[in-house]
Amino acid sequence: MCSLSNEITHPTVDVDAIRSKINDISVRLIDVRREEDYNQGHIPNAVNLPLASLLSGDSPESTVKLFEELGIADDTKVVVYDDTFGALASRVAWTLQYIGHKNVALLEVTYSQWKELGLKTSTEKPNIKSAKHSLNLNPEIMATAEYLEKAKEKDNVVLIDNRERLNFLEQHIPGSINIPYRTLATDGKILRTKESMKNLLKNRGIPEDAEIITYCGSVGTLSGLAYYALKSIGVPNVKLYVNSFKEWKKLEKPIGKQENAAYWDLSAE
Amino acid sequence: MNLKMAQQLRPSKSASKKPKIDWSRREEADNFAHTVKLYRQGKIDHDNFRRFRLQHGAYGTRMTDDYAMVRIKIPAGQIYPHQLEKIAQLSEMYSIGSAHVSTRENVQLHWVVLEDVSEIMHGLADVGLTSREACGNTVRNVMCSPLSGVCNDEEFDATPYAIATARFLLRNPLNQSLPRKFKFNFSCCEKHGMTRIVDVGLIPQIRKLDDSTKQHGFKIFLGGGLGNKSFVGHQLEDFTPEEDLLYTSIAVLQIFDRIGDRKNMARNRMRYLVNEMGWDKFKNLVLKERTIVRATQSVIIRLNIDKKSNEIKRPISVSSENGSIPDGYARWLKTTTYKQKQEGYRAVFVTLESGDITANQLRAMADVTKDFSAEGFARNGFSQDIILRYVHESELPKLYSRLLEVGLANSGSLTMASAVGCSGTSSCNLALTNSHRLAKEIQRKFLELKLDEDDDLRDATIKISGCPNSCGQHEIATIGFFGGGARVGKDMYPNYSMSLGGRFDDKSMLGVTCMRVPVKRTIHVILKIIELYKKNKQSDDTLSRWIDRIVHGNESSEIKSVKDMQKILSPLVIPPSKDDDPDFYADYGSDTSYHTVTGKGECAA
Repeated sequence: MCSLSNEITHPTVDVDAIRSKINDISVRLIDVRREEDYNQGHIPNAVNLPLASLLSGDSPESTVKLFEELGIADDTKVVVYDDTFGALASRVAWTLQYIGHKNVALLEVTYSQWKELGLKTSTEKPNIKSAKHSLNLNPEIMATAEYLEKAKEKDNVVLIDNRERLNFLEQHIPGSINIPYRTLATDGKILRTKESMKNLLKNRGIPEDAEIITYCGSVGTLSGLAYYALKSIGVPNVKLYVNSFKEWKKLEKPIGKQENAAYWDLSAE
Repeated sequence: MNLKMAQQLRPSKSASKKPKIDWSRREEADNFAHTVKLYRQGKIDHDNFRRFRLQHGAYGTRMTDDYAMVRIKIPAGQIYPHQLEKIAQLSEMYSIGSAHVSTRENVQLHWVVLEDVSEIMHGLADVGLTSREACGNTVRNVMCSPLSGVCNDEEFDATPYAIATARFLLRNPLNQSLPRKFKFNFSCCEKHGMTRIVDVGLIPQIRKLDDSTKQHGFKIFLGGGLGNKSFVGHQLEDFTPEEDLLYTSIAVLQIFDRIGDRKNMARNRMRYLVNEMGWDKFKNLVLKERTIVRATQSVIIRLNIDKKSNEIKRPISVSSENGSIPDGYARWLKTTTYKQKQEGYRAVFVTLESGDITANQLRAMADVTKDFSAEGFARNGFSQDIILRYVHESELPKLYSRLLEVGLANSGSLTMASAVGCSGTSSCNLALTNSHRLAKEIQRKFLELKLDEDDDLRDATIKISGCPNSCGQHEIATIGFFGGGARVGKDMYPNYSMSLGGRFDDKSMLGVTCMRVPVKRTIHVILKIIELYKKNKQSDDTLSRWIDRIVHGNESSEIKSVKDMQKILSPLVIPPSKDDDPDFYADYGSDTSYHTVTGKGECAA
């Protein structure tokens, strides 16, 4: 099977690799959906971690504890999936990396796509043996509002907003560019092919050696997906502004807007 | 089992029909990306870049150079399920999650980052579509009536001719740099196409020859068009045989290319040339030129007309739960479907508010096309709508349920309720008002009052443009509006010019200006006109006939002229003070006071 460990260039693992590892106890699958959805069926041996449970943790220590309870040790290979374009799974994977876990990846498809492929699911819950995990914070993958405000004025820093276009037009952090999260996926996979991702950056004039900071609406899910899309083509310096636009607004920082156009009225929603 | 096998084992949906023609050229996408780069680096000047951009179907966007609108050409309006699905995906990836169906059978994606346009072009190439020559001084999308092939009044199906014409002209050097844009419309009959308001309008005709063989041909109308100044087209000759269709088209394009006005951008559509030269002179020029074209072709060129009829095959009925028919079915059936000449089939007109459709609704349209249309594709219409034809009558209740689930079962598409509005201030540089939203507001009001069920109103139309240019086709509406601004002291408010009595059938005429109506009074005024009609109508009358009599001075009731109408309506349009009614001073879709902002239009670039 392909290695689960090369986090820089392979942030996703393919379906076949997981299928063959379902019963491997050195691999831990995390299902990031609501508990009731998980109970109705999940990939065999996956454990459930609703995003809300992760976000309720208020310190790195409590987050470590949460993962320990899911049986994740320092050397456990972790694969995360969801049913929300890979965005919630990305946020969990990113958190693991943030607390210093080395070996984590995203499943390349969502749970729905897994099912559409006719692959096995189960309602059985695996037995979880609690494990020990150390805490080695990885601050270079996170941006705070304060950091962002200074960094975005620099030449080689690119700020990417991953919300939908209409939301971006209405309000955004000044100087950001908009790559809606839907742009990051391809038919049947949560991420684009590397080639098309590289092409997108090239068209947009975003150098791959830039420091790239991603943000979205509130807790860094959609922008978490963008984090991994950028990692998939080997962009070395990517940071997630994890508290995103919600915090930025609350802090009453400057906001940009596309003026003099009634673009909302073009939407059929 | 490997992944491939797993994929093959997926339950497959009914296979979708594929188009015969690939309109795309993938290398144009890469070239576009490259050219955008050069432009951003300052290596191409703004005017040259703009010409290039428009030639490739990317139109400018209101108040910004960062975004574009991509106009996807749908020749003859024929759109296939997988193309609808692709557009859905592209709208989510690169646009606003909705697409817009235009009045010329195009599909538009708005607020696209200029640097992403090439990605859309690649996506379109995946499904054989192009945006090439959808804007700029070229031959635009070749339209065809959505009822061609199923219309009860047509002499033959013009669709293959429209497609062949589009195919001949796309990327043809003949039309890459015309003085101005150029439009072809094919119709089925006098009623269903807009043949007299375009540069070249064509209605199919069959003529019996002496030896009693039948000859196919067209009635061709030249020099019509809507805009700041509008004209109704002139018929070239009694009958133009099909062999002469191409020669006539080439002759007209060559004349326009050669002597059309390249200086005065505001007055250089072909209709101005025809008007200035006089019709007789222009006609003779065309006939002479056609003789030369016919005689001097170095190789024989012909339209490649595919007359093989489309396979009509009813999709296998999806498991019938034969539940009860949902509420509103009778109303929907009456106001959105057309009985085809083919026994047992109907064409269903799916109305969209101002032509807007979400990505999910596009996917649903793809699905219902596969599941319900026996011809396997859909047709875009003239009124920002999508038409599903060859739906078997027994399947209509089920189709209604399916459309209802996705919010596409609004009634009234074939009635006055389905108002047309151009994009207005939602994206257009030239717009003065939010005509797009106003059309939605009017449609909602009409449906709320169930006016779509009123047979007296059925053949009347409402069309709205956000400025004096006629993208919303206001001049051919029974009640038409175009946007502007007005003032009370220093306070501005959005204001529409209202015209009455426009029509686009064999008695085509442009609406007669009646009065100005503030935006927040437009609905009151329309409803008042309907009320006046009800009071004064004759037995067996319709609103459009009544208005037709008024604008021609042939009405005998209390309202004898447009002036009388104006007098009765004028109390409704008096502006209140800003303190009394601040909402009066704001356009739809805006909570701030109105002011006009416009940029440079690109129709003329």
